[in-house]
Amino acid sequence: MSDFTHNFWSLFVTIVTVVSILACLILLIASGQVKTNNTPDNTTGHVWDGDLREMNNPLPRWWKWMFILTIVFALAYLVAYPGFGSYPGQLGWSQEGAYQKETETAKAELDPLYARFVAMPTEQMAGNTQAMAVGERLFMNNCAQCHGSDARGSKSFPNLTDNDWIHGGTPEKIQETITKGRIGAMPPMAPAVGSGEDVKNLAHYVLSLSGSPHDSVRAGLGKSKFTVCAACHGMDGKGNPALGAPNLTDDIWLHGWGENAIIAMINNGKTNQMPAQEGKLTDAQIQVLTAYVWGLSNKPGATAAK
Amino acid sequence: MSSPDASKVIPIVPVATGNDGDNVVSLYAAAKKVYPRSVQGVFARWRWAMVFLTQLVFYGLPWLEWGQRQAVLFDLNTRRFYIFGLVLYPQDFIYLTGLLVISALSLFLFTAVAGRLWCGYTCPQTVYSEIFMWVERKIEGDRTLRMRLDESPASLEKFVKKTFKHVVWISIALWTGYTFVGYFTPIRELGMAFLQTQMGSWEVFWVLFYGFATYGNAGFLREQVCKYMCPYARFQSAMFDRDTLIVTYDPARGEPRGSRSRKADPKALRLGACVDCGLCVQVCPTGIDIRKGLQYECISCAACIDVCDGVMDKMNYPRGLIRQTTQNGLDGQWTQSQMWRRIFRPRVLVYSGVLLALTVGLLTSLVVRTPLKVDVVRDRAALSRIVAGGRLENVYRIQIMNATETEQQYRLSATGLEGLELASDTEVTVGPAESRWVPVRLQIPYGSAAPGSHPVEIQIGAVQGSAHIAEKSVFIVPR
Repeated sequence: MSDFTHNFWSLFVTIVTVVSILACLILLIASGQVKTNNTPDNTTGHVWDGDLREMNNPLPRWWKWMFILTIVFALAYLVAYPGFGSYPGQLGWSQEGAYQKETETAKAELDPLYARFVAMPTEQMAGNTQAMAVGERLFMNNCAQCHGSDARGSKSFPNLTDNDWIHGGTPEKIQETITKGRIGAMPPMAPAVGSGEDVKNLAHYVLSLSGSPHDSVRAGLGKSKFTVCAACHGMDGKGNPALGAPNLTDDIWLHGWGENAIIAMINNGKTNQMPAQEGKLTDAQIQVLTAYVWGLSNKPGATAAK
Repeated sequence: MSSPDASKVIPIVPVATGNDGDNVVSLYAAAKKVYPRSVQGVFARWRWAMVFLTQLVFYGLPWLEWGQRQAVLFDLNTRRFYIFGLVLYPQDFIYLTGLLVISALSLFLFTAVAGRLWCGYTCPQTVYSEIFMWVERKIEGDRTLRMRLDESPASLEKFVKKTFKHVVWISIALWTGYTFVGYFTPIRELGMAFLQTQMGSWEVFWVLFYGFATYGNAGFLREQVCKYMCPYARFQSAMFDRDTLIVTYDPARGEPRGSRSRKADPKALRLGACVDCGLCVQVCPTGIDIRKGLQYECISCAACIDVCDGVMDKMNYPRGLIRQTTQNGLDGQWTQSQMWRRIFRPRVLVYSGVLLALTVGLLTSLVVRTPLKVDVVRDRAALSRIVAGGRLENVYRIQIMNATETEQQYRLSATGLEGLELASDTEVTVGPAESRWVPVRLQIPYGSAAPGSHPVEIQIGAVQGSAHIAEKSVFIVPR
């Protein structure tokens, strides 16, 4: 009840509630005292418009008792549950408490299920259809917003199905990525590379690494500039998962393909973030998700096709 | 024409303040217990026939089997509704709407033709009251015996009879509750669970709740439900017209009423046909006197007709002092055939026409219904993306709902844009009566379509069989 800075509204609500209920009760009792004249033709004697007569069709008495029952119920309810302003009710019920109770019940129901999955090694869990059904739902609710519902990502959001891993594709690494999150930082390298022409030449060299369409003359000129990149991406451009430096030779372009995208990346750099899921998801949920994500690129058969 | 005194203020005549004690009544009436006398006759036989028919269906239906499952089962947990060969999804609720519209129109039609037929013969309130009153009669005896028993001081006999009656009532009520729950939880499993005392708490609750409602409504509330609680009762009277068949006392023939010997000539005594035996009042389940004319309490059960015809036979008078007739028929002293001819009046014909059209429409749509449902949802995560090979890709999630009870294989395809291709699996298997979400990827060559959104169509068809559905969606090409 942080909305209420002082007692006035709480008191106001309580008084209005009690007065309304008591008014209903008084009205019921008073109307029970009223008598009306009954004529032989079962009318009350009221006549409108010359011939419109009011019939006397009384309510059954048990109906009145039902009304009184609702009043008794209302009062009992108001004592038991929060209704009188900030009064919390004898049962101590609250929305928050109800929610907590529900999540606890759900947890108690789900724990044995998760315990069974967690006991399996990741590779085995990825083959368990029940675990993967749970994993898919977790993915849809927590990951698909960025990585897409088919896990194939989008520009700047990595594709999780192509077995190309920036930070490593072992179950342990995947679990680490989900738990702690990742920050992929590419610093602006233009000053280190040189002039705009140098950057363009370097971009063509980078394109040449994956056999993408490029200007081979420019690529040749740019090759020497690659030494500044090699610190992270390696001399051969195959990247370094330990540093989160992507492989530049596999024709997979997270932040856009082509000369312009690469020039922009060298000039401006980029900081890309995968948020940590620790605390949002339980350890067991993260393990199931790990198996799901690992399974996306490690299905039997799928690996053979690569 | 427009009268000059349209604006005239018509005074409200105040209540006459006569103060004779008998005429002053409370605004709340004490319920008077009705002790309906048992009755035999054509209409009573019809009612019993309807009791048997409706209850045979209600109690019997959940026990029927269809293949490996209960024939009629509304499985709320998995949200599948089985009606014999039909598997309905929550998305099929339109059929329930149709059913309710048809039911309402049937009510309109029956009511326009012959008044509150529903109330008198098939309404559960009437049917269960009839069953409960039969039990009561078998144990406590007919009207006079029951009245005497209720007035008598407490005794062992009274206690035994009352206890026995309530035990039988409660048994019937609980069985009714059990049957009701059996429509939502497989009734045989429910029985097994009960025997092993493992019934779910909600199931126990609903058995008891429905049982309690049956016991209370049919045992105690009875006509109070029709008089004070039922909304249909009130609006059915609004569908009457002067050609509606209603249960009516013929005052022209009956009045002046009076008792007389069987041998006496009523004409000589200046009496009408009504011998004022009061039987019509005694048999009435709502406790009214039909001789006062049409009243809102009358449920058209025609018990008074049955009993009066018996009296007329004994007196050697023609039957039909109380009969099903129309207001016009009564006023004009029409013959049966004259009244029947008025049945084909516009109101009835319109009701029948609409009812027939709707029924045929509903049945046709059920018969030709595609046992497959598809929802296409564009992936909200990414508008579109460029993938290897310089192709533009959009992702969709497709929910495929199999409304058959066999495993089905479906083939997917997409049309609507030049070079549009389905990059994901084109065949999907969905288990019996299951629904499945599958991600679907559509691709076009980069630059083959202008930026913007383009309508596309995704087709899903059963590999075996003719079930086929085309769903519209859009393909987005970024700027």
